Amino acid sequence: MIAPILFAAFAGILVVSSLLVILHRNPVASALFLVAAFCALAGIYLTLHAEFLGMVQIIVYAGAIMVLFLFVIMYMNLKHDIETGVQIAVRRGLGWIAGGVMTAEAVLLVSRNWSVGPTALPEAIAASGNTQAVGQVLYSRYLFPFEITSMVLLVAMVGAILISKSPREMKSQPVAPPKPVAVPMATVIAPAPIAPATVPVTHAPEASA
Amino acid sequence: MIPLAWPLLLSAFLFTVGVIGVLVRRNAIVIFMSVELMLNAANLAFVAFARQMNSIDGQVFVFFVMTVAAAEVAVGLAIIVNLFRLRESVMVDEANLLKG
Repeated sequence: MIAPILFAAFAGILVVSSLLVILHRNPVASALFLVAAFCALAGIYLTLHAEFLGMVQIIVYAGAIMVLFLFVIMYMNLKHDIETGVQIAVRRGLGWIAGGVMTAEAVLLVSRNWSVGPTALPEAIAASGNTQAVGQVLYSRYLFPFEITSMVLLVAMVGAILISKSPREMKSQPVAPPKPVAVPMATVIAPAPIAPATVPVTHAPEASA
Repeated sequence: MIPLAWPLLLSAFLFTVGVIGVLVRRNAIVIFMSVELMLNAANLAFVAFARQMNSIDGQVFVFFVMTVAAAEVAVGLAIIVNLFRLRESVMVDEANLLKG
């Protein structure tokens, strides 16, 4: 059977990438290795005949949650160790080689008219996984918990917006009218100063006094 | 047919990695990623047992766990952003105002 081989391959990817998540120093690299781990886990779900969960794993975890992680990491602009020139050169070379290999594979596949999976459509529908079974159970036996999860998501959404709002914005809810700025006439009719930035500062105490 | 022990061992390994990450790392975001690893280890065990028992309920539970994980990540990252605004850092050992 091919399923144990696939399981072992995905398990290897999962083990390596999950170790790299916690061992890598750069949080961005950790997040990308976590994406790899989630994709490998989706493959493991497929070998365990949980096709719906495999797709949801890709969409929700590798898509939505990791985008949120990366957004926050980029937003914070964390300092990480600066790479040296040799590493960048080696990495760029490897990237070009990998890209060339991938392009050659794609050209080879297209030129040989390759297609994935069984081409017969009825068989594909019959083996299309367990989405229908999951949906039937979810909307009958677990209908109430399913509705509660929408409540959980709503509360989390409101909470996230409320927490991440900065204190300055929260305080300025009742909009106070701006204080009328008293422009001292001395600054208006003052002779052209040499350093314009310092003039209002020097003239303001005189005007108030 | 994949024996039950394989995904369970993998789940145990993944959970251990998550625990080590939470204990070892200081960056709050990486700690969050380790928590996600632990949740996924639990999901893997759910799926493995659902396969073994030939039942669909385990997969439905994984669905719920994913929903709660999404909510947790949204709120937790908002808290981390707030912490970063206060401290200019997300290292958990620098947020020690309540330390006795």
